[in-house]
Amino acid sequence: MIRSTRRYRFAAAHVLASPSLPEAENRRVYGKCANPNGHGHDYGLEITLGGSVDPVAGWILPPAVLDALVQERILDRFDHRLLNEDPLFAERVPTAESIAVVVHGELAAPVAALGPAHLVRVRVVETPRNTFDYGEAI
Amino acid sequence: MPSLPSPELVDGAFPAASLKRRSLSFSRGCALVRLTRAVEFSSSLRYWRPELSAEENLRLFGPCTRPHGHNYRLEVTLRGEPDPVTGMVVDLKDVKDLLEREVVERFDHRDLVADTPYFEKQVPTPENFARLLHRLLAAVLPSGLLDRTRLYQDPDHWVDVLSAEPEPPA
Repeated sequence: MIRSTRRYRFAAAHVLASPSLPEAENRRVYGKCANPNGHGHDYGLEITLGGSVDPVAGWILPPAVLDALVQERILDRFDHRLLNEDPLFAERVPTAESIAVVVHGELAAPVAALGPAHLVRVRVVETPRNTFDYGEAI
Repeated sequence: MPSLPSPELVDGAFPAASLKRRSLSFSRGCALVRLTRAVEFSSSLRYWRPELSAEENLRLFGPCTRPHGHNYRLEVTLRGEPDPVTGMVVDLKDVKDLLEREVVERFDHRDLVADTPYFEKQVPTPENFARLLHRLLAAVLPSGLLDRTRLYQDPDHWVDVLSAEPEPPA
């Protein structure tokens, strides 16, 4: 079984606070991360694909094709932005868990439409100490 | 003092597999352990399929049709139960020597296409190269020892080749 992973990065701000909770409760749940003026991270984003290797080209998917897809669907959308303002996070607090789930949702169908590749896992590296995975374990 | 989770679980490299394996192993009173040894080497390469036209090669492979190079990093993960006397799955010195012989001597500071016999019929993409390395290592390692081969072409692109799951003990 083969898995191919490419790593991307984006810098984004977020505020961790649930609109359904009172401010004091958000402060209690999210601590410093609930600062209403926001804070931010240099996110690492690892996209892992599975599938069959094209016998002529030698790859699961051309790297340039995945790069263009991630650029258009994710990086252009999230890089140097406040994530809370993105409609993708209208219904969920933009935690790194949410980012992993949302990125998986944005990429799974377009990757599958490109041919024999499928999206296996999204890894969000929020800081060098905090990593979040969504999808299959690899 | 609370006990810390194992580094393997903190790293998140194989959390689900580890937990599954651990519960299986605990029930038998033994422990399957994975260990990883890394080597680094540098090679030159280009992508070019002789059966395709120059235009087709350029369209498919772009700048990879030109001679270029990478600092590769190969991480080889082995699995097994530690020997009850030595406490080791395998002697890492043996693994080090094997990787030097099978990988570094073959590929380091060489051209993957011109200096090795492996890329006459396939381009040296990380997918093809990782599968080749997995085959070369599986052929010389004791059966069942090789768990996975991870080849970093550069820090932002890598390929994992995973061996089939070991058969659960009868």
